[in-house]
Amino acid sequence: MPKIINIGMNHETAPVELRECLAVEAQNVHKALGLMRDLDVVREGFFLSTCNRVETLIVAEEVQEAKRAVVSLLSKIGSIPVNDFSPFLYTYQNMDAVTHIFKVASSLDSMVIGEPQILGQIKDAYLQSTRTKMSGVILNRLMHKAFHVAKRVRSETDICGAAVSISYAAVELARKIFHELEGKRVLLIGAGEMAELAARHLLTNGVSSMTVLNRTFERAVEVAERFRANPVSFDEMEEQLLKADIVLTSTAAKAYVITHAMIKKVLRKRRNRPLFLIDIAVPRDVEPKVNKLNNVYLYDIDDLNGVIEINKAQRLEEAVKAQRIVNEEVVKFEKWLKTLAVVPTIVSLREKAEAIILNEFGKSRSVLEQLSPQHQKGVEVLVRSIVEKMLNDPILFLKGKAGRSTLNEYLDTTRKLFSLDEGEESSGTNSITGNKPS
Amino acid sequence: MQAITSIWFILALCFQLIATAGFIVFIVRQQKWVFRISYWILAAGFGFHTIFLGLRYYALGVAPVLDLKSALSFFSWSIIGVYLVIQSRFKLRVLGSFVAPLAAFFMTISSAVPVTETPVKPIFKSLWLTLHVGTVFVGDALLAISCLAAIMYLIQERQIKRKRFDTFYARLPSLATLDNINYYAILYGFPFLTLGMIVGSIYAHFALGVYWQWDPKEVWSLICWLLYAALIHERLAVGWQGRKAAIMSIVCFSVLIFSFLGVSLLMGGYHSFGNMGGR
Repeated sequence: MPKIINIGMNHETAPVELRECLAVEAQNVHKALGLMRDLDVVREGFFLSTCNRVETLIVAEEVQEAKRAVVSLLSKIGSIPVNDFSPFLYTYQNMDAVTHIFKVASSLDSMVIGEPQILGQIKDAYLQSTRTKMSGVILNRLMHKAFHVAKRVRSETDICGAAVSISYAAVELARKIFHELEGKRVLLIGAGEMAELAARHLLTNGVSSMTVLNRTFERAVEVAERFRANPVSFDEMEEQLLKADIVLTSTAAKAYVITHAMIKKVLRKRRNRPLFLIDIAVPRDVEPKVNKLNNVYLYDIDDLNGVIEINKAQRLEEAVKAQRIVNEEVVKFEKWLKTLAVVPTIVSLREKAEAIILNEFGKSRSVLEQLSPQHQKGVEVLVRSIVEKMLNDPILFLKGKAGRSTLNEYLDTTRKLFSLDEGEESSGTNSITGNKPS
Repeated sequence: MQAITSIWFILALCFQLIATAGFIVFIVRQQKWVFRISYWILAAGFGFHTIFLGLRYYALGVAPVLDLKSALSFFSWSIIGVYLVIQSRFKLRVLGSFVAPLAAFFMTISSAVPVTETPVKPIFKSLWLTLHVGTVFVGDALLAISCLAAIMYLIQERQIKRKRFDTFYARLPSLATLDNINYYAILYGFPFLTLGMIVGSIYAHFALGVYWQWDPKEVWSLICWLLYAALIHERLAVGWQGRKAAIMSIVCFSVLIFSFLGVSLLMGGYHSFGNMGGR
C-alpha cells in the first residue's frame, strides 16, 4: 500500500533566510519535479514553493528511503547541506499529510489566514506536476479534493471576509462611507511605501482621479508619474482639500500638515461633502481633533491597525469552522484511499455482479416460474458460470499486479469501468471536473 | 361583517409579527432565505390588511381612519405599502429589519385599542376626506422611513467615528446610501404631506365653510410642515447632509408623530378622535 508523504517548511518553522534559499523560481519547480522523477522510490510527486513555504508531496512505498531522497533533493535545489535545514522541516504521513495539504490550500496555514493567493499557487504547482507526468491517481484525486475543500471553506465560512491589511482596510472603510469609489477623488500628500500601496488599492477599486501633493514639486511629479496622477505644489493644499474625497497623508513632517482650522474652513465650501482622511504618517500629519468635525472621518495608523486586529480575531473564529470542513473531507478521502487495494476492489466487483444477477432473476421471475425446478436450476448455473468466466480474467489480472507500481492506475480504471463507486462517489467525480485548475 | 373584518385584521397582525421576527432573525444571522421568507410574509400580511381596509371602506363609506384604532392600523398599512415600493427599487435588505418592527408596533397598539362602533356622520362620507387622509398617510409613511434611515445613519456614523465596530457595522449599508434614502424619502414625502394639507383645507371649506381655523392639529401640522421645509431648504441650499440632517429628520418625525397621535388624543379640536363620532 503506497503512502502519502509531505515534507516541507513554512513561515513558522523556518527562518526567512532558509526559505529564500529554497524559494525557487517557476522554471526551477520544473527542475525539482524532474529530479523527483529520476528517483525510483517516488511514484507521484508535487512541489510547491512560495515566499512563505516549501512543500513537497510524494506518494511512495518505501517511506524512510523516500524521505531521505526528498531531503537530499531539497539540499540539491537550495545548494545547502542537509544538516543546515533538516531541523526546520516537518514531515507528515498519510492522513496527516492530507490534512496538512487541505489546510494549506484553504489558507488555514497561511501567515495571514484566509489570504487568497495560496490556492492559485497550488493550482499552478499542480499544473506543473501534471505536465511532467508526476501526478498519478492518488495525487490527482488529492489535489482536486484540496481545491474542493478550499472552495467549500471560502463559501461556507467568512474566513476571507474583512480586510487584514492597512490598504484593504482603508478601501473597505471608504466603501462604508461613500458606498462606491467610482468618481471619487484621492489626494496623496507626501509619499511612502504604505501610502502608495493604499493609493494603488483605491485606484484599482474604482477611484477616478488622483492628485499628488508634495513639499518639493519635483518629487510630486515623480510619484504622480507612477500613478498617472496630476502633481501639484504645496501651496495648492487648500484648493485640493476642497476637491478631494479621500486624503492619504504620509509625510515626514514633524508638525501637523493638516489642521483642524484648515478643514473647518473648507467644509462649508465643500457643502459638507464627506471627507475621509487616512493618516499613515508617524508622527501624525493630521490634527486628531479633525475627526470631531461633521462629515469628516479621520483614521490614523493606529486606528487602522485596530480595525485589522478585530478582523484578524474574526478570521480565527472562522478558522475553527473551516477546520471542521477539512476534517470532514479528510475522512472522505481516507475512505476512497482504502478502496485502492486489490481485495476490496475484487470484493466489490463480485458484489456488483451478484447484485446484477439477483436483479435480472427478479425481472424474469414470471417466465422462469413456468419452467420445471430442474430447468430453473440449469438456468441459474448457466448464468452464474457466464458471469464467473467474465470476471475471472480481470480478477486474475488485478491479483497479478499486486505490489507493482502501476497497481493504483489499474484499480482506479477497474473501479471506473465497472462504476464501483456509484452513489456517494458520483458527486466526487463531478467535483473533480468542476475543479480543474485553470 | 364585524366578525369577518376582524379575522382579516388578526391575520394581518399575525403575519406582521411573524415577518418582524423573521426580519430580526435576518439581521442577526444574515441568511438571505430568511429575508426572502420574511419579505413575502410581510407582503402577504399587507394583502390581508388591504382586504380588511377595503371591507371597512365598503362598510363605512369612508376611509377607516376616524378613530385611533383605525388610524394606527391605516398608518401601519401605509408604512408597509411604501416600504414594499422602496424595497423593489433599492433592494436594501436591512431596511426591512427596521421598517417591520415600526409597522408592527403601530399595528399592535391598534389591536389593543378597544373597538368603538359609532355611526359615521354624513359629513365624513366624502371622497375629499379619503383623498386628504390617503395623501397625508403616504407622506407620513415616507417620512417614517426617512426617520428610520436617519436612525440607521446615526448608528453607522457613530461606529465609524468611534472606530469601534460591533455587529451593526457589517450589516448596515454605507453612510452615503443611508443619507440618500433619508434625503429622497423626505423629498418625496414632503409633497404628499403638502398635498394632503391642501386637500384637507379644501375639504374643510366644503364641510365647515372655512379653509383654516387654527385647530390644534392644523397648527401642529403647520409647525411640522415648516420644520420639514426648513430641512429641505438646508439640504438644497446650504448642502446639509449626514449627521445634522439625520438628527433634524428624527426631530421632525417626532413632531409629526405628536401631531398625529398626541394632538388628537390630548388637545381636542375637530380633528380629535373623541370628537369624530360624537358631535
